[in-house]
Amino acid sequence: MQKQNRRDFLKTGAILGTAIAGLSSNKTKAKPKEILSDDRMGVLVDTTVCIGCRKCEWACKTAHDLQTPSRDSYSDRSVFKEMRRPNERALTVVNEYSNPQNVYLPTDVKVQCMHCDHPACVSACIVGAMSKQENGSVIWDTNKCIGCRYCMVACPFQIPSFQYDKALNPKIMKCDFCFERTKQGKLPACVEICPVETLTYGPRSELIRIAREKIKRNPDRYINHIYGETEAGGTSWMYLANQDFAKLAFPKPGDKPMPGTSESIQHGIFAYFVPPVSLYAILGGIMWITKKRNESE
Amino acid sequence: MENYMKPVPIQKKFFTPGVIIVAIVALNGLAFLAGRFFFGLGAVTNLNNQYPWGLWIGVDVAAGVALAAGGFTTAALSHVIHKEEYHVITRPALLTAMLGYTFVAFGVSVDIGRWYDIWHPLIFWNGSSALFEVGICVMMYLTTLYIEFLPVVTERFIGSVKLKGFISFLNKPVDKLLRILDSGLSKVMFFFIILGVVLSTLHQSSLGTLMIIAGPKMHPLWQTPILPLLFLLSAISVGFPMVIFESIIASRSFGIKAEMETLSGLGRMVPPILGIFLAFKIGDMVIRGTFVYLTQFNLQSVMFIIEVLFGAIIPLRMFLSEAVLKSKVLLFIASSLVILGVLLNRIDNFIVAYKPPYSYGAYFPSFGEISVTLGFIALLVLAYRFIVINFPVISLPDKSLAPKTKFAIRGVKND
Repeated sequence: MQKQNRRDFLKTGAILGTAIAGLSSNKTKAKPKEILSDDRMGVLVDTTVCIGCRKCEWACKTAHDLQTPSRDSYSDRSVFKEMRRPNERALTVVNEYSNPQNVYLPTDVKVQCMHCDHPACVSACIVGAMSKQENGSVIWDTNKCIGCRYCMVACPFQIPSFQYDKALNPKIMKCDFCFERTKQGKLPACVEICPVETLTYGPRSELIRIAREKIKRNPDRYINHIYGETEAGGTSWMYLANQDFAKLAFPKPGDKPMPGTSESIQHGIFAYFVPPVSLYAILGGIMWITKKRNESE
Repeated sequence: MENYMKPVPIQKKFFTPGVIIVAIVALNGLAFLAGRFFFGLGAVTNLNNQYPWGLWIGVDVAAGVALAAGGFTTAALSHVIHKEEYHVITRPALLTAMLGYTFVAFGVSVDIGRWYDIWHPLIFWNGSSALFEVGICVMMYLTTLYIEFLPVVTERFIGSVKLKGFISFLNKPVDKLLRILDSGLSKVMFFFIILGVVLSTLHQSSLGTLMIIAGPKMHPLWQTPILPLLFLLSAISVGFPMVIFESIIASRSFGIKAEMETLSGLGRMVPPILGIFLAFKIGDMVIRGTFVYLTQFNLQSVMFIIEVLFGAIIPLRMFLSEAVLKSKVLLFIASSLVILGVLLNRIDNFIVAYKPPYSYGAYFPSFGEISVTLGFIALLVLAYRFIVINFPVISLPDKSLAPKTKFAIRGVKND
């Protein structure tokens, strides 16, 4: 400390400047894949049609090589007594709620990842293991993930789950919109198996048009709300229902994309590294001046 | 300053009855830690899909980073603003910061599911992630802290390299190497000191950005866009109280006289910073109108009041009193309150305020989680004790020193 002179100071400062200039040019690369294609796909879930057969649960487990009981056991309706959540053993589940219009016809709601247009998990992930693909899927990359579970903290729908029982290579488990199947031109497993056409798979923009049409034609059957059209900035999966979505245990994340505030703060602090470099320069200046003053005393 | 102070290794035995108790706490923590590595996080923690972050992130990491802020605040004070009278506390503060951050790194590694992939952020970047920024800054700052501590190591061994047996011929070259390292370091150290301060302000504030993305899942009393600023201000305000706290404990533990003059000087600087923090905290509450939540009686409102009242308002009043600044006991209590306040604030932000939409029951840390956290703190205390016994960290009055060689380095000629 004591022996530093002005030349050293400037020399090291110059090295720092170059190093930081080098860093900032890489900045554009420091972002995971997040494509918002106009042709992205989605699913429209009509909860007034669903009969709660839970065949989608079986198909999902089968498509993702997860352990599943026999297909017949899914006709057991006693599971509806409790609200279930997707977890590391089941990427989608169906819950049942009472229907105020007809007590003999309960409302069944399939739950899975909503595949947000501006996913909080993609923005949050420390290593960019989450990504939004061109076809609308939000998928997870096992080769990058470190298991920090920040995606679970960030997700407004509380969807990603974690294999807490695994000591080695625990995975983040969530619906991947059957990314591997759709790549081969197949339908997502749940959409393919649904026997009553609760699930409509298609381009998201087209689905919104269909949903509006349905509401217009059957104003008694649906409430005038497409859940997912604007929630959390819009989601690939959207829902129609005959009662308030809050009663069906849907959260209210607001209409703004979840990452908005944190990303603007983050990018404000690091605007081309100007704030940190300025702070460095100011501190350096203070250090030099106070040192001079101390020496002259 | 009346006496000329010089950092020296403290002449004490490592083991005392107290140290053995601390060692038992450490071993207990390590036992549970083994369970986490063999059977997974679920076997030891109460974490689940609703509550992915718990005690380890809230205390070991978030509070750990905040409480290690003494390192960069004292570095700024004595090396950037050149307040030479505080030189005596920079080394103990630096050591605490270095150990604190080391254990933050341990805390993160045991909490993440794939601890062996902890280096991934170095090659897989996500610029929009606050956690990425925190991770990179903490890694860089930890390295900076080790570099800042290197002169203590060179000082300890220069002129006293005594390798035994067949490698004894290396004594001279090693000594020479240490001297080169020492003089090289002293030329570039200012670079690392400023870097350390900049990196600290960056990640202390970004830790606050972490929970913003949780949006409505976080209680409105804490969820605010100025969280990064609040985190930075509270970290700066806990820096000096932390130094006072550890100086008084260390002086008691080693039976040395506490440097009351220096400590009350530090205490005098606390009120402005703590006051600014409090003003922002209360102002934010008033502007967003979140004080309405204080009328409800629940865990969140009670914790918020405790945090603000005992963690900021009472100690602020105490630090403004000359009687408190002069009294070792009162100064210790006031500092402890600020530390408690920041600890509670981090717990509140990461655990109490977090309300997932589908929770089946509130999260409370398991016995295993608490054991590991206490174990880490115990290990930190043991490491601190070991280092101050073996390295020149704590300054003691040295009458043999002439005024001109106030900060003499052994084996180096002062010019």
